[in-house]
Amino acid sequence: MENLISIAVNSIFVGNILLAYFLGMCSFLAISKNMKTATGLGLAVIFVMTITAPVNWLIFNLLLAPGALAWGGMPKVDLSFLKLVLFIATIAAIVQGIEMVIDRFSPALYAALGVFLPLITVNCAILGGSLFMVERSYTFSETVVYGMSSGAGWALAIISMSAIQKKLRYADVPQGLQGFAINMITTGLMAIGFMLFAGISL
Amino acid sequence: MNGTFTKPWGAIRKTKSFKDIVKAMWQANPISKQILGICSALAVTVQLNTAIVMSVALTLVVAFSNLAISSMRHVIPRNIRIIVEVAVIATLVILADELLKAFMYDVSKQLSVFVGLIITNCIVLGRAEGFALSNPPFRSFMDGIANGIGYSSVLIGVAFLRELLGSGKLFGYQIIPDMFYELGYVNNGLMVLAPGAFIIIGLFVWLEHTLLNRKS
Repeated sequence: MENLISIAVNSIFVGNILLAYFLGMCSFLAISKNMKTATGLGLAVIFVMTITAPVNWLIFNLLLAPGALAWGGMPKVDLSFLKLVLFIATIAAIVQGIEMVIDRFSPALYAALGVFLPLITVNCAILGGSLFMVERSYTFSETVVYGMSSGAGWALAIISMSAIQKKLRYADVPQGLQGFAINMITTGLMAIGFMLFAGISL
Repeated sequence: MNGTFTKPWGAIRKTKSFKDIVKAMWQANPISKQILGICSALAVTVQLNTAIVMSVALTLVVAFSNLAISSMRHVIPRNIRIIVEVAVIATLVILADELLKAFMYDVSKQLSVFVGLIITNCIVLGRAEGFALSNPPFRSFMDGIANGIGYSSVLIGVAFLRELLGSGKLFGYQIIPDMFYELGYVNNGLMVLAPGAFIIIGLFVWLEHTLLNRKS
């Protein structure tokens, strides 16, 4: 249990998937202009990551990992090189599936998240989360916690970024620095802030 | 002496491919102008070594995915094109990943998941979708190379600064002489960490915008 809590705290704050591993930068920079859309996208990422990371864990450990096919009588087969293609396919399929389910059962949630779901397939944070899960050889319960808290970390970063950008509109930024450049520097300062959590021991 | 050198150079400068490359490096740089593919650009730039390997891998993947998709552009049905594109890209990325593991194991360990993340790198999908689907194979291939070079130029620039300032080395060899350290010079530890990458790339883009605006 303690282990799970430390994975959660670590992936939300210290090892924030956006600020420490730079994943999901593209949509982070494109969507963070507006607080409302940023919140929507953040929630969608939490939602999708919580589902895709465990599903990919199952796929990897039951089909792809070295020796995983022992239940099918093929203990020597190592298909782990296929993980890239299968992970991205699963993510695309799950996103599509979630979209249809939400549309059917909760039109209000669909209206809020709908536009962002297709964008998420190409968000590197999702695929990155699944790949990190393999690289760090998490167990199933660790993967569930990791997926959810990485998503939460990403959402936290994009929501605070959109809040900062709102204030930044009143600032007098030099001409060449406007737009992309100042956003990167702001993100850098945010990353410094998040790194301070590394000093906290639980 | 000069004439013999300028003639082929002049001819090269007039070709479409050369213009594409210059455009991708300068006016339409994928990273600093189109804001694509930043994820990996930041993560692999702690050392020049990894940055260069990553640049080569990405350039080859973009070029060949453009080539493949552009050759198939008349047979790909419109409504499933994204899936086809992702399948082509993922196959190429797996090839790149396996080659790296076979021949440059240490570097591939350092790059960790970021080679795999070329799949979701927006540059590759963006070029496939925006260029290769509507242009003949050779031009698409050159466009891939051009965008790869544009991406590499930023990546290598950032990695150069981060490795030099962060650890006083280039390609793993010490550049800053010991004398400086004895006089009290200290490596800037921030450059090795994540925030350094964000700040360097921000300053980089600032410089580029200022230079471009002055020109026009």
